[in-house]
Amino acid sequence: MTTAEPPAVAIEGVSHCYGRRQALNEVTFSITPSTFAVLLGLNGAGKSTLFSLITRLYAIQRGRIRIFGRDVGRASSEALRMVGVVFQQRTLDLDLSVVQNLSYHAALHGIGKHDGYARAEEVLARIALSDRANDKVRNLSGGQMRRVEIARALLHRPRLLVLDEPTVGLDIKSRADILGYVRGLVVKDGVSALWATHLIDEVADDDDVIVLHQGRVLAHGSIPRVLDAAGAKDIRTAFTRLTESTDDAIEAS
Amino acid sequence: MTAELTAFPPMSGFATVQYAICLKGIVWREGLRFLHQRERFVAALVRPLVWLFIFAAGFRQVLGVSIIPPYETYVLYEVYITPGLMLLIQLFNGMQSSLSMVYDREMGNMRTLLVSPMPRWFLLSSKLVAGMAVSLPQVYTFLAIAWFWEIQAPPLGYIAVLPALVLSGLMLGALGMLMSSVSKQLENFAGAMNFVIFPMFFASSALYPLWRVREASPLLYYVCELNPFTHAVELVRFALYCQINWISLAVVGGCTALFMIGAILAYDPSRGFLARRGEPGGGT
Repeated sequence: MTTAEPPAVAIEGVSHCYGRRQALNEVTFSITPSTFAVLLGLNGAGKSTLFSLITRLYAIQRGRIRIFGRDVGRASSEALRMVGVVFQQRTLDLDLSVVQNLSYHAALHGIGKHDGYARAEEVLARIALSDRANDKVRNLSGGQMRRVEIARALLHRPRLLVLDEPTVGLDIKSRADILGYVRGLVVKDGVSALWATHLIDEVADDDDVIVLHQGRVLAHGSIPRVLDAAGAKDIRTAFTRLTESTDDAIEAS
Repeated sequence: MTAELTAFPPMSGFATVQYAICLKGIVWREGLRFLHQRERFVAALVRPLVWLFIFAAGFRQVLGVSIIPPYETYVLYEVYITPGLMLLIQLFNGMQSSLSMVYDREMGNMRTLLVSPMPRWFLLSSKLVAGMAVSLPQVYTFLAIAWFWEIQAPPLGYIAVLPALVLSGLMLGALGMLMSSVSKQLENFAGAMNFVIFPMFFASSALYPLWRVREASPLLYYVCELNPFTHAVELVRFALYCQINWISLAVVGGCTALFMIGAILAYDPSRGFLARRGEPGGGT
């Protein structure tokens, strides 16, 4: 990577309201290309709202989001071509086979049938599900479905993967597998990843961390930086201190 | 890491062929879903066939039809209601497609469509075309069965009616899509179907000529005249006899454009109903 390369994601002063309820408040952070960034927050922190804004599902009410320099609001097609998305909800078509789901995704990106099948084979091999290519998604386990969703997100060769709590509802082994796989993509393939979670044990020492709470970014940066900001020795304590102090401040005000 | 996976996509816009691939993919998926729902196909056929075989047979003597264009002679009641029943298939199909959009929104599948980098108007239009395309084999199967019931249009009419069916299918699909955008949950949509499908069908020229309606109630006659479904029925009725009803063509074309623009605006994240609710593509 050259120093001139724009951030994988740059979020600048983004606010979002649902009616009178403020879900995000002046959220600002950026992610360096080829890093694994964890968006850490409790349920209701605003993670899914932020993901919906990054992926153009919601209109940006205030602020700006750029993906590798492309403005999601103004050049959404260019920006979205660089993003692979794994939603919190499962979004595969259960009645279609694995390869049919992947082919459909390829078509949505303007990728032709032959190229689509070739890419599907390739990504399925990478997630070790080649033998299930023609099985209906309905017949896969939860962990396998998640792997297929990740494969689907990679099919159009994005530079940025955004994953909204992708390990929800999975057993320990599946969680570890998926986490390890995405980390591998970052290290080996140079893909950037924004991983939303409320599970602190999914944070590793060399990750970038964004602590989001009640729609605000409380801390952002490498682990040592977040620990410094919270005056804590470990990320769990740091997260607890940051969120509790914010709750106290809000209560006091 | 393979060399291929590091080859990030170019930053240019989409080529025409890519739009075609996307459209084909969406139509293909809708077709597959339809094939997987055999009961939907059976239901789509049984409904108009019940009307044709039972209702029309029972009312044949009561509801005689005088000579009205495009017919050049007296026709059996079964012949008269056939275009309306073809449109009934399309009406239910349009609503069914939209129902699947509400379901997809609730289940999250709709998100995969909406996060595609293709322009949203194109994605929704493709979805509409896909829904319409699925209705065509249903209508032609119905016509094939009706043929054996001795309801036979001129052979060329079966080809001439295709463009009319495409247009009417798009209009009804667009109406359903518009409804799906304002319907938050499946239950609401099911309720809306009762308020849309039946009034549209009965307050039209599908089952009886409008002159009969005017004799009974002038007000209802005007309601039927204003009903776009009436014009879709007449467009198809005339096309089946290799004629064009220009007024109906204009009304159906205009309504298609209107409903489609409405649906596209409604699904636009920056201004649609869904945006105002804070859930442009999905349920949370």
